[in-house]
Amino acid sequence: MTAELNKKPGLETLRAAISRLEGHSDRRRKMLPFGVREIDARLPGGGLALGALHEVAGGGNDALHSAAAGQFCAGIAARTRGKVLWIVTRQDVFAPSLKQVGLSARRTIYVEARSDVDVLACFEEGLRHGGLGAVVAEVARLSMTASRRLQLAAETSGSLGIAIRRWRRQTDAADFGQPTASVTRWRVSVLPSVPLPVPGVGRPRWLLELIRARAGECADFEVEACDGKGRLSLPAALADGSDQEAAGQRRASA
Amino acid sequence: MSVDLAARKLGLRPGTPVAKAQALYPDLVLMDADPDGDRLGLEKLALWFQHRIAPIVAVDAPDGLVLDTTGADHLHGGELPMLKDMVHRMAGAGFRAKAVVADTWGAAHAIARYGRAPIAIVPSGGTASALADLPVEALRLPSTIIEGLATLGVSRIGQLAAMPRAPLALRFGPDVARRLDQAFGRIGEAIVPVRPVDPVEVSRNFAEPIGAAETIARYIGKLVPLLCQGLDERGQGVRRLDLLLHRVDSRTEAIRVATAMPVRDVKRLTRLLCEKIETINPGFGIERMVLIASLAELMDRRQTVSSLIAEEEADVSDLIDTLANRVGTQALYRFAPVESDLPERSFCRVPALAPEETKDWPEHWPRPTRLLARPEPVQAMAELPDQPPLFFIWRGVRRKVKCADGPERVFGEWWKNDAELTIARDYFRVEDTSGERFWLYRAGDGEHGETGSQGWFLHGIFG
Repeated sequence: MTAELNKKPGLETLRAAISRLEGHSDRRRKMLPFGVREIDARLPGGGLALGALHEVAGGGNDALHSAAAGQFCAGIAARTRGKVLWIVTRQDVFAPSLKQVGLSARRTIYVEARSDVDVLACFEEGLRHGGLGAVVAEVARLSMTASRRLQLAAETSGSLGIAIRRWRRQTDAADFGQPTASVTRWRVSVLPSVPLPVPGVGRPRWLLELIRARAGECADFEVEACDGKGRLSLPAALADGSDQEAAGQRRASA
Repeated sequence: MSVDLAARKLGLRPGTPVAKAQALYPDLVLMDADPDGDRLGLEKLALWFQHRIAPIVAVDAPDGLVLDTTGADHLHGGELPMLKDMVHRMAGAGFRAKAVVADTWGAAHAIARYGRAPIAIVPSGGTASALADLPVEALRLPSTIIEGLATLGVSRIGQLAAMPRAPLALRFGPDVARRLDQAFGRIGEAIVPVRPVDPVEVSRNFAEPIGAAETIARYIGKLVPLLCQGLDERGQGVRRLDLLLHRVDSRTEAIRVATAMPVRDVKRLTRLLCEKIETINPGFGIERMVLIASLAELMDRRQTVSSLIAEEEADVSDLIDTLANRVGTQALYRFAPVESDLPERSFCRVPALAPEETKDWPEHWPRPTRLLARPEPVQAMAELPDQPPLFFIWRGVRRKVKCADGPERVFGEWWKNDAELTIARDYFRVEDTSGERFWLYRAGDGEHGETGSQGWFLHGIFG
């Protein structure tokens, strides 16, 4: 639906006017598309905005472990160019797994900060630099002021900033409801994997909730986890109708 | 003069007459004291410490070093790890060393020599109680005064500190009160640091002492170009830069910044130094600023290759330096593969700008996003010998296993450790009914007792 709205000329001029007011009219915002039509269509601009702060948290128990959220972010970072800065307070990232979603260990520089304050300071420094592909930081508390600073730093340099919200206790995870200045906010929850005809674990699936998107609407997606190049995909059963149809039409018109 | 550990065990002490010692132990090895050699050795060691730990290091003759570690400890992971590291390094070089952090030079000197623990940290403000029980010899007083105090029946610092000053000064001169005050931190004591051989160095004296942060920043901005000019003449770039600020009360404050690669860029060095201004305490004012390139390396002018195919990747070394000076070099790293089947040994930390390694981890088995620092024991029920568990209990929650992959058998590395000769682990990737995926292993192969305890552990969490 958003895709159709994008085409209306009146709305386009209004959008341009608003972005002029917001003060970044001089250059067109760059996007990092997911490559999944259903997700990209829901995001204003057709992808994850570069030069912006995004928030990701795990759902359920993953709010504490951030395994799915971490992999989701690694998948996004893998699709950028340049080095990736990954800021943590307690290090438990298993580097071979990031390699498996396409984020090479040669590209990833880790910063082990002592406190959340240090994390935010390093995060801002990394965003300000502008030469990094993505800056990922695992942080528990993110205040409005802090997130606005980060958002401004990202805007000026054009870097992609991803805050993985990760808490020590399940009760603290309610903090995710507090408003921040981030452009999008995601929640990644694990779903049972694709059943296989033989014993074994199939391709992992996630429930991807777009909880907040500036100038966009919320949405839920059921996706298959990142592949070797960091790309998500829709499960075949769900993608069936639309995708097959589109392919058929293309073939017919060729 | 001095005895080694073996001799100390036999009951010999410094001060035992040689004739007596030889009479007791005829095969005793005697060596002439070599104060000049000792002094040279200590100076070398001081330079090495200056290289490794902190910019202000001086020789505390005859047998010690004194370091001003203010603002340097966090780069080594805190005070205790720093001291441990120092003592271990000295042990590695064959010396038995003691290390103490205290508020003052005098207190650290006393506790290092007369305290019991090889490593001690005196909490700020706890100097008086830490010193009270130590003998007066610890106060760096001449032996005549020590003997004099002994005739008065004063043997402990606590006793001495409680005595009235005037009679003491009348009898022994001003030294006793001065050393006491230095140890308790009532008067300052300047540490005159050793200097590396022939460094590039620029300095500036001020007619009026300066103190404001902006003023300091302005003069840093004037000193750095001069230093870079000096470096340029030698074709060097700086790897470590010390800024010493001499205060009017003859204390020295220091800022140290380090870079990952040789740098001669005025703007970048100025920025690194200015970020640290807030860590210094100008007191009543600073009258002299000295900027020393304490570690400089040859810097080649490189031709930039303009490539038609690949876009040049942005240079992040300046960011690395900024972050390293904030969180410490050890806290900034990349992971590099290590050839090992055991997950916790399959990676190592390398410096962020280390040359890129060519090997990589094998990719045929899925690996968890998060690896627990220590595998956590879980209760599990599984069919022997090689079936995945049917259920397991982790952190009090019982999880029924819906599907699983495995086993992936990993053997102990007997070439590293004899005890690992028979060890085996069976790794399983399991998914519970709610869809959460975990990495479990059994310590053992499920058949032979010598391969492990056969207990189950949770080692990682999949996304």
